[in-house]
Amino acid sequence: MTSMNMIQSLNSALDIMLENDDGVIVFGEDVGYFGGVFRTTDGLQAKHGEHRVFDTPLSEGGILSAAFGMGLNGLRPVVEIQFADYIFPAYDQIVNELAKVRHRSGGEYWSPVTVRTPAGGGIRGGHHHSQSPESQFTHTPGLKVAYCSTPYNAKGLLISAIESDDPVIFFEPKRCYRGPFYGDPHNVPTWEGHPEAEVPEAHYTVPLGEARLAMEGDDCTVIAWGAMVHVCEQAINNSGVSCDLIDLQTLVPWDREVVVNSIEKTGRCVIVHEAPKTSGFGAEMAASVQERCFYHLESPIERVTGWDTPFPHTTEWDYMPGPSRIVAAIHRTQVD
Amino acid sequence: MAKKKPSLNIPDAPHRPGDDASFETWPWKPGDLDRPDPIKCTAEDTMPHAQGLIRVLDGSNKASGAWDPGLDADVLRQGLEHMVRVRIFDDRMMKMQRTGKLSFYMRSFGEECVAIAQSMALETQDWIFPTYRQPGAQFVRGRDMVSMICHCIGNVEDNIKGRQMPVHYSYRDGRFISVSSPVGTQFSQAVGVAMASQYRGLDEVTITWIGDGASAEGDYHYALNFASVYKAPVILNLVNNQWAISTHANFATGDGGFASRGLPYGLASLRVDGNDFLALYSVTKWARDRAAAGVGATHIEVLTYRAGAHSSSDDPSRYRSSDESAKWPGGDPIERLRDHLIEIGEWSEEKHTELEEQVDEQVMSAYKEAVSHGDLATGPYPSSDNIFTEVYQEMPWHLEEQFDEMRRELND
Repeated sequence: MTSMNMIQSLNSALDIMLENDDGVIVFGEDVGYFGGVFRTTDGLQAKHGEHRVFDTPLSEGGILSAAFGMGLNGLRPVVEIQFADYIFPAYDQIVNELAKVRHRSGGEYWSPVTVRTPAGGGIRGGHHHSQSPESQFTHTPGLKVAYCSTPYNAKGLLISAIESDDPVIFFEPKRCYRGPFYGDPHNVPTWEGHPEAEVPEAHYTVPLGEARLAMEGDDCTVIAWGAMVHVCEQAINNSGVSCDLIDLQTLVPWDREVVVNSIEKTGRCVIVHEAPKTSGFGAEMAASVQERCFYHLESPIERVTGWDTPFPHTTEWDYMPGPSRIVAAIHRTQVD
Repeated sequence: MAKKKPSLNIPDAPHRPGDDASFETWPWKPGDLDRPDPIKCTAEDTMPHAQGLIRVLDGSNKASGAWDPGLDADVLRQGLEHMVRVRIFDDRMMKMQRTGKLSFYMRSFGEECVAIAQSMALETQDWIFPTYRQPGAQFVRGRDMVSMICHCIGNVEDNIKGRQMPVHYSYRDGRFISVSSPVGTQFSQAVGVAMASQYRGLDEVTITWIGDGASAEGDYHYALNFASVYKAPVILNLVNNQWAISTHANFATGDGGFASRGLPYGLASLRVDGNDFLALYSVTKWARDRAAAGVGATHIEVLTYRAGAHSSSDDPSRYRSSDESAKWPGGDPIERLRDHLIEIGEWSEEKHTELEEQVDEQVMSAYKEAVSHGDLATGPYPSSDNIFTEVYQEMPWHLEEQFDEMRRELND
């Protein structure tokens, strides 16, 4: 075990997969020589060769269509889309092509592409460096969707994603690259000393489809992913209510068993995400929870989300769900 | 089938950290290329102009050749002043960024000429669809610096209400539209604006720019095709400044050329020295004349060099040699125009220093006034109500509910 921040643990996952499998290639805008604008691929080109880790033209559609083709022909591409907000020129290739090729070829073809992309707010990035568009991919059959939250699960999930023969959209909460985020922009701890920053140097996996119980309690189930996991931890500590905190880790397929078991215990549920509310993944979860847990629920399911507006620049802390909104939601669930 | 060792053809940049940069001397001289009639010539007639380089100023700062626009010294001094203003403004904003007064900044360093010469060659009714390295066009269109700084520092006077990152200026009075961080999108939108001008029978031309890097996006190719099919009155500029963050132009094209890409689309295509004010002004005027006559669009490669970092978040010493900028054969656009004016007896070192001092004072005074309305480090910020307004023309019920929820939350 060694202490790593999320950039380092992601780098370690890529390094190991490049080492283990000749078919793994890593590419995207600025990822080769420079090592990525967030430094996630730092040193990998020098170590593994420029035919394994390389720069591409600024062309997200080109990156994804090339990756699709390479995946079809025996390689295992891991591509970076520099910001999740930039993924949309590649949306057609992902949604209509990558996601459907296995099904539409009767199982004759598939393309095991992993798309890594930094997502979410909290870096004063305005509209186009802050969005969290996971539900635009969870709504597409054929894609797996993962969203890491700590150095430990980042590495384990990324290795699982790369090893998966299905295409995976892998969201990285950029606000948490260098430390957990507790919802207070003036408190910016690093990962140092955090238990989830203890990361094995060797290969390990966090399986896709398994949630993580980040905190255990009795009276409310709080579900989150990405940076919101840490904001929820803070909120639960502030609330004085004993809560389960479920870090979903994978959104498709999501770990229904862990969620259902928790809600059968607590009878109460708060779902938190930073993406807008309408058609957010929280809506899907709330619908599923009421199907499975209706007779266990003691209060309405609460959702705390980003607003149904574009993501602002100067006032981003009034947009992103913070601890106080989550505490209020937890308290509302406690009313008999 | 025998299996070969895994390999891929991966281009490289010409100079990496630690290398001594060297560029071949440019073979292109002013006077090399004729100036065809902008209205009568065909796209094919411009093949030499796409493959060569249109220049007016030579190494000894003299103007010559068919492309010399013969501008009055007053216009040149105006251009020089605008370029100096861009550079000093950029330096001030970068200093402010380092103190946290704004979140991010991008300079036009080394490329000041592009926005200034090209906007000056237009008419005031023409539309401007810039990249983030043409904010200088707003100076040409008369925008107040205080207003520009207020946007960048996201204070209560920001005309776009704290919604976008710095340098995403919107300036409707100057027909200047905001850039979008997902780069390239403006290029094909500009063609649509031009098609509307055409449809409405208005004497308007649209100018747009895209970087060498972003020319790999689909938007670039959509633009060339639509502009060609509909003969839209648009000027399509590809600014080849060699670098897209850390990615060299060698990754944006396999054969090193950009200008001639317009030819197979049937577009008149020119390549111009982007640090030569006179040449840049001249080709833009040529393209405007052609567009306004209904003959169609011109595709222009503007050859320049990104002398600074991509942005305040970037460190180019990690991926290119430190002397590359100094060795760039195109020189510095401000120095070149300054020296030309001195050469023709219309300027002096003393006047230039005086101009720089004067502009620096103007920028400082604009800066002081702007920060009196707040800045990103300390506020006050535009009201959070602005998160909810203007999402739709009228606010639907679900936003009203969330708006109320936010206000309750903020008032607690």
